[in-house]
Amino acid sequence: MANTMNVLLAGFGGQGILFTGKVMVYGALTEGKELSWLPSYGPEMRGGTCNCSVVISDEAIGSPLVTNPDVLVAMNRPSLEKFVGSVVPGGTILVDSSTVDIKVERTDVTVYYVPATSLADKNGLKGLANIILLGKLFKEKQFISRESLDKGLAKCIPAKKAEMLEFNKKALEIGMEQ
Amino acid sequence: MSEKVLMKGNEALGEAAIQAGCRHFFGYPITPQTELSAYLSKKMPKVGGTFLQAESEIAAINMVLGAAGSGVRAMTSSSSPGISLKSEGVSYIAGSDVPAVIINVQRGGPGLGSIQPSQADYWQATKALGHGDFQLFVLAPSTVQEMADFVALAFETAEKYRMPAMILSDGMLGQMMEPVVFPDATEVHEGDKSWAASGHKNQRKHNVVNSLYIEAKDLEQKVVERYQRYELVKANEQRSESYLTEDADIVVVAFGASSRVSRSAVNAARAKGIKAGLFRPITLWPYPVDALEKTIGTAKKYLTVEMNMGQMIEDVRLAVNGRKPVEFFGRTGGIIPTPAEVLAKIEEMAK
Amino acid sequence: MAVVFQKPHALADIPFHYCPGCTHGIVHRLVAEAIDELGVEGNAVGIASVGCSVFSYNYFNCDMIQAPHGRAQAVATGVKRAHPENIVFTYQGDGDLAAIGTCETVHAATRGENITVIFINNAIYGMTGGQMAPTSLPGQITQTTPYGRDVKTAGYPIRMCEMLSTLDGVALAQRVTVDNVKHVNEAKKAIKKAFQNQIDGLGYSIIEVVSTCPTNWGLSPKAAVEWLENNMLPYYPLGVYKDKTAEGGDK
Repeated sequence: MANTMNVLLAGFGGQGILFTGKVMVYGALTEGKELSWLPSYGPEMRGGTCNCSVVISDEAIGSPLVTNPDVLVAMNRPSLEKFVGSVVPGGTILVDSSTVDIKVERTDVTVYYVPATSLADKNGLKGLANIILLGKLFKEKQFISRESLDKGLAKCIPAKKAEMLEFNKKALEIGMEQ
Repeated sequence: MSEKVLMKGNEALGEAAIQAGCRHFFGYPITPQTELSAYLSKKMPKVGGTFLQAESEIAAINMVLGAAGSGVRAMTSSSSPGISLKSEGVSYIAGSDVPAVIINVQRGGPGLGSIQPSQADYWQATKALGHGDFQLFVLAPSTVQEMADFVALAFETAEKYRMPAMILSDGMLGQMMEPVVFPDATEVHEGDKSWAASGHKNQRKHNVVNSLYIEAKDLEQKVVERYQRYELVKANEQRSESYLTEDADIVVVAFGASSRVSRSAVNAARAKGIKAGLFRPITLWPYPVDALEKTIGTAKKYLTVEMNMGQMIEDVRLAVNGRKPVEFFGRTGGIIPTPAEVLAKIEEMAK
Repeated sequence: MAVVFQKPHALADIPFHYCPGCTHGIVHRLVAEAIDELGVEGNAVGIASVGCSVFSYNYFNCDMIQAPHGRAQAVATGVKRAHPENIVFTYQGDGDLAAIGTCETVHAATRGENITVIFINNAIYGMTGGQMAPTSLPGQITQTTPYGRDVKTAGYPIRMCEMLSTLDGVALAQRVTVDNVKHVNEAKKAIKKAFQNQIDGLGYSIIEVVSTCPTNWGLSPKAAVEWLENNMLPYYPLGVYKDKTAEGGDK
């Protein structure tokens, strides 16, 4: 199962969890990779916990449900607590340290703490903490080319909200600097 | 070839319906199939079609009976509890020899159950979706691409044999996005509709679309004729996929979402040196017994993996007919089994 | 020799199975006459409902679909949406339309489905042998109200025309009967108008025909007509409850 990345994005509804996953898979699509995007669905839409499984691979994808992620992106504390144990040994965890006030105790994973929500607020990018984390994830994992990532982002933002694209690109840049 | 697009499974079903020439959709909201209705409510008016949100599942399936009974391609969709409500109409559709397509994006049951993915309607779809002697042609997609591909196949098969067809999907396939390719131009191959009730135009005797036969011998004859057609379906329409089964000691049998999980588990088992393979039924009725039979010589054991308490295992046992052991692993209630769980079961069986 | 009386073309030349004194035969004929006079048999699709009139698919010469119990108007909706050029009508009894099919009836009406509904109200379930109908009168003895319909436990009868007349989608809601020649002529006029409304695209038209069931009422045909006049008509007054046509003055 070479070159398969299983990602679990998790947080509150409204934090852009599903959107972040969409940017990733649209980016992967432009490179002709195999991919899947599977949201949790149901009452989560109303501000409860929300998560999204993203698989990007060079070969046909078996289960699209990510139960043992290579990468966990946790945007709130309940998500980190719930999923921290499921990350594969040697895996990666990205934590929004401005919304999660605990540390990962595991020593067999690489953890990046990014104060994404504060960074977003400070830079006038309210609501784009998710994209800042995506920027960091891209920097560490390089799962697709930068060009494809930008294309994925452009694909996910409707043409009539063109100004949002610039904000998102800026958020991506900030994330990559972390 | 057309470009790959990303779509949710539910949306792919909707687009495929339009491309298959279906212009009449009757539905009722229920999670997790609602995106299909939403998609068609947006698209149908643009192609001059009918999208109608009915007052109930019961009304929706009967609108399908009316529309399909008058000769057009008509479809309805729902999820498990709603399919139960449709069962009356499905029985009448079958009893009236009307071709129509019903989609079930399954969720957990019984009762209101859960809204999470499930395969607990296998028996309902393949054995008893309504009263009386009848069958549906049942397709089980396992990818978003198959969700798209199977709609036209469902209509064509339904029309060819004049029977209802079901696409038995689940909440995972309905909600997930994957790349999907639609053909540039879909040729619509509509079956003969000379039997339909759409007005005789003063050119023929009146057509009657009917399931009532007051004389028992008349009904028996009608049902026997229908079962002769079912024999043709069994002979011609079995579909399945075999993955690494040629030399497999343990053949995992799974359809739809659980086949995705099983495929991952089979790969993991192979990586550990266990000769595992996957047999994936694509038609659940007719059950692909002919292809399964080909594995019987080499397989030592069978394992069915399902998102229910063990339903398809009965068809596997019927096909295997005591010649090899058939074991079961499943999760239910809306839980998707993990590849690790399935792998553990395969490892236990390999000991 | 001049022909002074013959079956309408839209009515098949086979004997009805209906009981002596049952008014289904008259109403079938009126529907067929309307179809003939409007010249729509070639485009007509009738929906037979469950109950005594299920065999109407044998009696009308136009294309017919037999619907599950109560679902006739949903089936009619499907046909009409698929073929707007078809003239689609349902022929339903009180159990079918006003009990098990109330939901389909109300929603077809409120959607303003451009269909014609012929509703036979004889205050009883005929086909199953005389059980209480949603329209059975207070105190009426049936197989399942052997002590008379007690409104405290079995509720009150439903007046469908009155109820449906509140809905915006309804073009015509009229109650008629066929107990005498004058009323038969009025019923004929109403039924034809309900079909004409569909041709004119006005929306949902329902004609309720207060009818007899001598067999299950346990009365002779003549006594049944008298019972209808003395008991049913006071509870179900004849008349136009809604009429969107110019003639009706948007009543």
